[in-house]
Amino acid sequence: MQLTGAEIVIRCLQEENVDYVFGYPGGSVLYIYDELFKQDKIKHVLVRHEQAAVHAADAYSRSSNKMGVCMVTSGPGVTNAVTGIATAYMDSIPMVVLTGQVPTHYIGEDAFQECDTVGITRPCVKHNFLVKDVRDLAVTLKKAFYLAKTGRPGPVLVDIPKDITTHKCAFEYPKSIEMRSYNPVVKGHPGQIKKAVQLILDAKRPLIYAGGGVILSNSSSGLIKLAHLLGFPVTNTLMGLGGYPSTDGQFLGMLGMHGTYEANMAMQTADLIVAVGARFDDRVIGNQVHFASVPRKIIHIDIDPSSISKRVKVEVPIVGDVGEVLEELCKQLSAHKDKPEPKALAAWWKDIDAWRSKKSLKYKQGKEIIMPQYVVEKLYEITGGDAFITSDVGQHQMWAAQYYKFDKPRRWINSGGLGTMGVGLPYAMGVKLANPKATVACITGEGSIQMNIQELSTAKQFRLPIKIINLNNRYLGMVRQWQEMFHGNRYAESYVDALPDFVKLAEAYGHVGMKIERPADVEPALREAFTKHKNDLVFMDFMTDQTANVYPMVAAGKGLSEMILAEDL
Amino acid sequence: MRHIISILLENEAGALSRVCGLFSARGYNIESLTVAPTEDPSLSRMTIVTTGSDAIIEQITKQLNKLIEVVKVVDLSEAPHIERELMLVKVRAVGKDREEMKRIADIFRGRIIDVTETAYVIELTGNGSKLDAFIEATDRSLILETVRTGVSGIGRGDRILKV
Repeated sequence: MQLTGAEIVIRCLQEENVDYVFGYPGGSVLYIYDELFKQDKIKHVLVRHEQAAVHAADAYSRSSNKMGVCMVTSGPGVTNAVTGIATAYMDSIPMVVLTGQVPTHYIGEDAFQECDTVGITRPCVKHNFLVKDVRDLAVTLKKAFYLAKTGRPGPVLVDIPKDITTHKCAFEYPKSIEMRSYNPVVKGHPGQIKKAVQLILDAKRPLIYAGGGVILSNSSSGLIKLAHLLGFPVTNTLMGLGGYPSTDGQFLGMLGMHGTYEANMAMQTADLIVAVGARFDDRVIGNQVHFASVPRKIIHIDIDPSSISKRVKVEVPIVGDVGEVLEELCKQLSAHKDKPEPKALAAWWKDIDAWRSKKSLKYKQGKEIIMPQYVVEKLYEITGGDAFITSDVGQHQMWAAQYYKFDKPRRWINSGGLGTMGVGLPYAMGVKLANPKATVACITGEGSIQMNIQELSTAKQFRLPIKIINLNNRYLGMVRQWQEMFHGNRYAESYVDALPDFVKLAEAYGHVGMKIERPADVEPALREAFTKHKNDLVFMDFMTDQTANVYPMVAAGKGLSEMILAEDL
Repeated sequence: MRHIISILLENEAGALSRVCGLFSARGYNIESLTVAPTEDPSLSRMTIVTTGSDAIIEQITKQLNKLIEVVKVVDLSEAPHIERELMLVKVRAVGKDREEMKRIADIFRGRIIDVTETAYVIELTGNGSKLDAFIEATDRSLILETVRTGVSGIGRGDRILKV
């Protein structure tokens, strides 16, 4: 039977078991929306801005390991989506983005709502396609799903001109895809794994440094197994949080620019780093030269060869799926007659305990002003540590990462790589739709939340009872912090004047609003939000300390062990 | 260090811009770039001359391999190889210069492939330094126009880049 391009798109999505498409209709995708309308298997979530569609699909993927799919129209639909796509790309999130395009015979003529979608998105997708023949449509979509989720995952975009959606051809969805130019390595090289085993057995001051790759490859259990087998300390990157249980005794907390003292000291002084699905980025190791000045050995496990030896020199690179490699490592280590030297390990843990005793995350909660850290700690208690937490970008993001102790993967949803303000609310929508029974909270600030505030309307339409924890200090806090520390207290444009009344704003959108101004009210307000208003979206506007800074901090350009601690001030 | 990187890639629209985009986005140098379909029309072969430390060249090869349309990448300069470039030079050829230009072309084993009353077009192949030497040896005022293809390269002996 002959199907139109639009029918083929929907059939392909059904074949891929897509439950939700996040999107926004427009001229060039009208035929596809028409087909969407005629069926009820795939549900469409109408956002209020295309950027939010991409973020929501991204979080749907992050929080569930199911493919996030979004659809936007040509021209401005695409350019609005670019931030979302780049955000997903930087964090290697599998996602399929469908974009409408002007009819093929208009392409290149500066038609209404035309843009060079493939050109604009090329640097921020894993791959993209422009479909020029309806007969290529099904196989292209199959390739898009395949590429997005295999190897190092990432967003894949398929640009579909309007006339292609009306052209007809026979439909057959390919069962599998083979591409001669794309064969990601999954199994780690046995020789390399053997070398790694030897380095691990010889280590005196070892550290497991695990990132988002652990979560993306669903290999949290493998990581725990390896850590427990060896008794090595573990640190997580911002993206890796939840990949290793934060409440486990071997966990040192997050490392990096705002990492704990013990994690950063251990990273700097370890004689062996076992890097698992992490990429030694600038927010993690600080000054490259300073980091390289300490002799150490590095084993680096990653699916993407280009992540290895990019910023640091690596002794034993192991290219492969993190889960597969961890399993093989555990197997070989368990079978080995030798074990890491217990005495050396005990001495190393003694050092770590000394660093831990600094309690680098401590802060003082007085009676008058709410400390932002306190709100996150209370949120952790009240949700039993079991909520899905999304965040925006800035100080609140760091406090969320530091004080909400994630024990499970895919519970911590934030923009680590691109650092996109405005992701929090759309992320929470995607998370809630992927995990309808879960408690979902969005930790945000009054700056970030306003970057996609219009999604309160989407949340109402789809009845998404998200809890928004707005840490409102009337400043773009992280900007203010840097201005205080490095720009002589000149707060250029970081004070947010003329803020809306968020309670009224929430109510205007049909939600519940709360304003919390005193420390004593924090806990009762949270309890009320999570019990009485369980089924409502609650916007909780916490008036927090305007001067609070995120510590510890490794200033830009400084070495990882050159931290500024709260107690130094 | 100068490196010659050979790439086999799918002969598809946009593949070239993915490679170029990669070089500009990551701040790598391109000294020259040549590309054309191979004997298998579904594949293109590209030769890129670039410079960088060993670490940068390693990253370049890895990043190229990561592009979905790239099938194979080889650093030709790692082992014995041949590189050639083609140059067409239009020179003024009147009076005594007519004989002189013919002589220089012969010395460089160039061929005169177009002749008018006032000009020659000389075709030269060789590695880059030979072409540079020809320009050096020629009176600059006689050179009307030059066009170079950029380097093409191939491994010596048994080194074969094929799918």
